[in-house]
Amino acid sequence: MGENLPVFDGERAAELVAELRTAFGSRRTRSYEWRAAQLKALARMINEKEAEIMAALYSDLAKPQLESFLHEVSLTRSACLLALKELKRWMKPEKVSSSLTTFPSSAEIVSEPLGVVLIISAWNYPFILSLDPLIGAIAAGNAVVLKPSEIAPATSSFFARTLPEYLDSSAIRVVEGAVAETTALLEQKWDKIFYTGNGKVGRIVMAAAAKHLTPVVLELGGKSPVVVDSNINLEVTVKRIAVGKWGCNNGQACIAPDYIITTKAFAPKLVDAFKGILEKFYGEDPLESKDLSCIVNSNHFARLTNLLDEDKVYGKIIYGGQRDEKRLKIAPTLLFDVPQDSLIMKEEIFGPLLPIITVDKVEESFDIINSRTKPLAAYIFTKDKNLEEKFVNTVSAGGMLINDTVLHLANPNLPFGGVGDSGIGAYHGKFSFEAFSHKKGVLHRSFGGEAPARYPPYTPQKQRFLKALLNGDIISLILALIGWPKS
Amino acid sequence: MHCIKQGVVLGNGVVEEKMELVELEEHLQDVRETFKSGKTRSFSWRRRQLEGLLEFLHDKEKDIFKALKQDLGKHQVEAFRDEVGVLIKSVNFALSNLKKWMSPQKVHVPLSFFPASAEVLPEPLGVVLIFSSWNFPIGLALEPLIGAISAGNAMVLKTSELAPASSNLIANSIPMYLDNKAVKVIEGGQNVGEQLLEHKWDKIFFTGSERIGRIVMMKAAKHLTPVVLELGGKCPAIVDNLSNLRDRKVAVRRIVGGKWGPCCGQACIGIDYLLVEEKFAPILIDLLKSTIKRFYVDSDNISRIVNKQHFQRLCDLLNEPSVKSSIVFGGSSDYETLKVEPTILINPPLEALIMTEEIFGPLLIEFITERPKPLAIYAFTNDENLKQRIIAETSSGSITFNDTMIQYVCDGLPFGGVGLSGIGNYHGKFSFDAFSHGKAVLRRSFLIEFVCRLSCPPLWTSIEYSTTRSPSLRLLLRRRLHRDLTSSVMGDNVKEIKKEEEKPKTEPVAVVVESSPVLQPPEKPLPGDCCGSGCVRCVWDVYYEELEAYNKSLALVSSDAKKQ
Repeated sequence: MGENLPVFDGERAAELVAELRTAFGSRRTRSYEWRAAQLKALARMINEKEAEIMAALYSDLAKPQLESFLHEVSLTRSACLLALKELKRWMKPEKVSSSLTTFPSSAEIVSEPLGVVLIISAWNYPFILSLDPLIGAIAAGNAVVLKPSEIAPATSSFFARTLPEYLDSSAIRVVEGAVAETTALLEQKWDKIFYTGNGKVGRIVMAAAAKHLTPVVLELGGKSPVVVDSNINLEVTVKRIAVGKWGCNNGQACIAPDYIITTKAFAPKLVDAFKGILEKFYGEDPLESKDLSCIVNSNHFARLTNLLDEDKVYGKIIYGGQRDEKRLKIAPTLLFDVPQDSLIMKEEIFGPLLPIITVDKVEESFDIINSRTKPLAAYIFTKDKNLEEKFVNTVSAGGMLINDTVLHLANPNLPFGGVGDSGIGAYHGKFSFEAFSHKKGVLHRSFGGEAPARYPPYTPQKQRFLKALLNGDIISLILALIGWPKS
Repeated sequence: MHCIKQGVVLGNGVVEEKMELVELEEHLQDVRETFKSGKTRSFSWRRRQLEGLLEFLHDKEKDIFKALKQDLGKHQVEAFRDEVGVLIKSVNFALSNLKKWMSPQKVHVPLSFFPASAEVLPEPLGVVLIFSSWNFPIGLALEPLIGAISAGNAMVLKTSELAPASSNLIANSIPMYLDNKAVKVIEGGQNVGEQLLEHKWDKIFFTGSERIGRIVMMKAAKHLTPVVLELGGKCPAIVDNLSNLRDRKVAVRRIVGGKWGPCCGQACIGIDYLLVEEKFAPILIDLLKSTIKRFYVDSDNISRIVNKQHFQRLCDLLNEPSVKSSIVFGGSSDYETLKVEPTILINPPLEALIMTEEIFGPLLIEFITERPKPLAIYAFTNDENLKQRIIAETSSGSITFNDTMIQYVCDGLPFGGVGLSGIGNYHGKFSFDAFSHGKAVLRRSFLIEFVCRLSCPPLWTSIEYSTTRSPSLRLLLRRRLHRDLTSSVMGDNVKEIKKEEEKPKTEPVAVVVESSPVLQPPEKPLPGDCCGSGCVRCVWDVYYEELEAYNKSLALVSSDAKKQ
């Protein structure tokens, strides 16, 4: 099998795809039974291997166990069970009304699998970001190659080792590896590529896909802003922001709050509340807290310290800033009023640093957000319904959450995905199924209901008839049929 | 000036453009500003534009017919049937559904989020670019435009230079009917197209060939721009051995109407080849011949080939010796008028690109699936089994049984390809969706929060998540979370939720987990917290439920205390 060979080059990749094409061509993956069996096996794997999964996540990211359980294992299991439960309904052709124009006819939309798909996942939530799309791909009846991130090696090798034990390995494969392997995979022709990661690689993936006219889903990131109004329940607000920021893989989440915008007048209160809650959450020495994930590797550690050490930024630290290079730990850090042209305000932070920007009036924050590329998520804390409406209607983002952070991701009835620079396409719940399906329009006609007007030789009467037919105007239709009035 | 004029129109219809880069830049700046101003988002703006389109189609009907006659030799009935009429239908459909499409769609919220409401709110993508193609130069330009307008975008439409009269008409007239600050028409050839592709768009909608499709997507990747690609592909039509004479006649009429009717076969969903059983072929061919003779009494009723290059391409196809010998009907062409006679070929060599085949039965499906996925499959049959097999075992943009082309006018069906026949779809609501971003919006209040309280870090060290230390707590946590995160996930399963609501007794669990001996009364909503729109679970419902649960737990705790 491909994943066990030391060198995975274009040739191996081509073989792999050919094998999967044969598997898909056998039509096995299309049946409800196959899909359900795979999903059940996946759910079983999550149950049986929970301890191993947690251990892998701890080894990769030092993720607190409860966090691993809540955000990765539990959510993945939910997604799997939901897919199992809804699968029949999702697979069922959807009847749609057909118009008078095509009368008599019946129309339906049939969801069909796309074929052989590639999923490239990310390291920050290495478990759920691999399996959540996989669930969608299986539910839709595709053959799949999963390429987990090499930056979370323990989880990656867990997949390579364990998935074949549970799933049909003739149609679902894991390929481990880094840039070379990914490049080899991207050279192949896929029927869909689902990529989670950053915009830079996202562009490469899409360009590679363009060569084969392969549709893509790109789940990228962006600087997700949090607007904080002054009329709020301060304690709940800071708690919810803190949990969304540091309680989600220590800020290394694509929808983690990236920066806060609040009013000049309210900022001191907010900062004080943050200091209080951070102390309560992570103690006097946050580097020792077991509740904080570490930074994934030394590259990212260096990137983050670079952001902090920039001249115009360093002096703005008002809380935290401690770091431990050996253990790759960075404490929750608050920065106040950093300049807009600093590095930390330019790129996605993806770590435990949280700049607070101040404005005179809270509405000004909308312009700041809209002047940047569209984020994956945008948050606002306010009790002012008008402000909330204005926020919802003027700010563009992949998803939006009012008075909380991150939670919208856990609602499978909402599509999860970006817009503009934060990504293309969406998934979760039924949207995952749709992301990996083609909606085939099927129109059934009988041999009755002939409209001779459609055919040449053309006459003015025929045109009149067609006009009525296309306008769905029954009266004119009848008039045209009986040829009245004479034109 | 609202549109960019092209320079010289060469004899063969190829427009050589001399566009100033600066000028293009100005236009783009214009549309960007317009979108930024937010005016395109309003319902009234969108409706006005759609009404403007309708007016354009009514006022300029004659001019459109003339342009189509000039570009493609289309008869006006054909022009109405395939372009103007279909557009009017589409605009009307959009007008009558716009409000509904624009309104946010409420979705179910898992119980663990309560109190909260969630919706998917469609928002315009921004500034979009539409490339139209020459075979239906009005229809394929304005059909996506309807979607882009309905969704509230600002847009640039690049018309095809291969249909210069239609392109001109659109460029000159559209700005008079639509908001010319938000809808720009740019004419030109390859050069202009390339320039446009260098810019950052929020969506690119392209109708045309596979080759250019790849280039468009490649360019789009640079800016992470999503694309809709409406390409073509060889669409097969399967004709079963129809036993009923009437069925046969109807089928043949629909085949002939679908093949040579719309733009003389120059349609992306036109029938490309017929698949017939060998013994049925002669019967079919006879019928085809007589029908063609009856329909196309004079060449006025049939469109011409768009230009000399395409004409030459078709003639070359026919003149290949092995192909030429397979012609059983027609085959003549007129270089002066660029008209090609309807031509039937039987069993041309498969590698020769044109083909009619006798493969049927089990081989049929294989024959189709071996080839790139077509935009459409047509099948004329009364055999339900065969229908089901075709639906389940082949892959294509769409399938139409017992007719041709009309899936294009069915607003309820998505129109678009799969695999090499395209990416994405449109028509009706799907057009609106193609140009919208479904923004997930979740609203919470500051009222009691369960998940959050449970997952706040200070607890995490106290509840070490491990089997050895505290199995009971783990179980408890797990049950609780599981039920919340999984069962509530089970969408519309009202029963489960009801059960949950009926048993507020489980609430004290949260209290235990928090290891807080003091019960917190729920926070009373402020008068402004209720939106007054009669939500199924109003914040007040939640409050009173929580209050009841709180009182019950309080009683429970106090009775426990008494016992102790």
